[in-house]
Amino acid sequence: MSTSNLARLVSETQGALQPEGFDLARVRADFPILRGQVNGKPLAYLDNGASSQMPQQVIDRLIRYRTSEHANIHRGVHYLSETATAAYEGARRKVQKFINAAEEREVIYTRGTTDAVNLVMHGYGRAFIGEGDEIIVSQLEHHSNIVPWQMLRDEKGCVLRVIPCNDAGELQLDEYAALFNDRTKLVAVTHVANALGTVNPIKQMIATAHRHGVPVLVDGAQAVPHLRVDVRDLDCDFYCFSGHKMFGPTGIGILYVKAALLERMQPYQGGGDMILSVSFEKTTYNVIPHKFEAGTPPIAAGIGLGAAVDYLEDIGMENIAAWEHELLRYATEQVSRLEGVRIIGTAKDKAAVLSFTVPGVHPHDVGTVLNEEGVAVRTGHHCAQPVMQRFCIPATVRASFAFYNTFAEIDQLVAGLRRVQKMFG
Amino acid sequence: MDSKQLYQEVILDHNKKPRNWGRLADPSHRAEGVNPLCGDHIWITLKVDGSNIAELAFEGESCAICKASASMMTTNVKGKSVEQAERMVQDFRDMATGRLDTAQQPHQLGRLTVFAGVKDLPSRVKCAILPWHTLHAAFHNEQSASTEGDADPMGLPAVKLADE
Repeated sequence: MSTSNLARLVSETQGALQPEGFDLARVRADFPILRGQVNGKPLAYLDNGASSQMPQQVIDRLIRYRTSEHANIHRGVHYLSETATAAYEGARRKVQKFINAAEEREVIYTRGTTDAVNLVMHGYGRAFIGEGDEIIVSQLEHHSNIVPWQMLRDEKGCVLRVIPCNDAGELQLDEYAALFNDRTKLVAVTHVANALGTVNPIKQMIATAHRHGVPVLVDGAQAVPHLRVDVRDLDCDFYCFSGHKMFGPTGIGILYVKAALLERMQPYQGGGDMILSVSFEKTTYNVIPHKFEAGTPPIAAGIGLGAAVDYLEDIGMENIAAWEHELLRYATEQVSRLEGVRIIGTAKDKAAVLSFTVPGVHPHDVGTVLNEEGVAVRTGHHCAQPVMQRFCIPATVRASFAFYNTFAEIDQLVAGLRRVQKMFG
Repeated sequence: MDSKQLYQEVILDHNKKPRNWGRLADPSHRAEGVNPLCGDHIWITLKVDGSNIAELAFEGESCAICKASASMMTTNVKGKSVEQAERMVQDFRDMATGRLDTAQQPHQLGRLTVFAGVKDLPSRVKCAILPWHTLHAAFHNEQSASTEGDADPMGLPAVKLADE
């Protein structure tokens, strides 16, 4: 059977090549929003890199919390406060197990990945990085892993060094190794590049940094929803990710930090919950992780994140990675066939992200026409302008997949792109 | 909003074959327009003879909506007075932001009403308005126009549309 026949078969049968133990139809049924229509067409939601959808299990958990469990945490002696605290702290333990952190207190709740990176900039960077010190970032970073370090540079007079990428969108590891010197104080690098989908060999990159005694921050926002992340196996020092990209709510994220490092860091924000005692003369900070969690947190969002972790564990990260691999393979094959379409980011190891340009058509026009066909994609620079500069383009169209996407949705994307080419041809 | 409505033949045609494309060698007024969020970037040059727009031209890199809007703007304001053109700038801006219903209210826009549908696509309003902002800037001898900050037709902080 030829590849195209095989693809057609899979398309028609909705997943003949689904991994064993993974039921696509059942999984899709968990996501009510996927049954919706846009402009009279079935929704093909291919913007998961920007934000993913929530399964009914997470929505139900949020409703249950708001209906019958809400109170402030960590302070009341009453029933509801204890219920809310147990659920919120229980979610932290779920996250700890999910990423295989050694201890619960290494898992800090944040507002999201951006907040997590900023916490490290303030808590670690401002305390331990000074004038003339160097921070290594990569050319593939999201703005949220560039701008905080530039703010530190402007404040402290430290220096940013950039790991370049090749034409496929892969980081050049020999150049990376050559960037280290005795002023290098931190490496801040993404696990999966949001604009291109490149999966960086971060375990190897972390080992390189550690040989120079340099800690590593990993932006895992695009990795955690798609592949098994084991922070102890990676041996990363800081790992950041967001709830809303992993089928949980917005407004919640995680910063993992090795306990020994966390003990040395200064607090990010002052306020309630992060203190043990306060007088006008002296304040004693709370123990980690609470020292870094000032104020009343988004309790419901934290509990929702725990429910999202349960959901992902139930499906299995290995199944997710396997099915998304099939989606990427099929989408790459189909989009490549469209005349002139240029795929940006062709790394050997890629997450299910397909960034491309259509010759002669601005990505925003492509996005508007695809929207008419019910297809949701991201168009623009994806908050990664240095990546766009590297490839000499102002913007791309980006289809980013999740485990609930189907071959039929990819066909819908391709049909939309054919219409774009016809309209602007 | 049906984008078939937005991308009408006339818009696709002006995108493909923009009219008055280029730069005047000896302009009396000029301005550069930038939409930093999507990378739309145009230059407008014009010659004002007395109070009339004798000649104008544009060029740049942009999406189809911006290019067609600029092209149709040049054909529609050429030969008109600066005052008439300024009224069109105001009408176009009001139409694109939904403040002017061209089907019900009087206006100066003529065939430019093909852009009325853009009001239902907030992320594309700025694409359509940029050429008009740039023309307005040229009349006032401002060297550049933007769709951001004080000039933001949506009245929203620029970063709102750029964030992921």
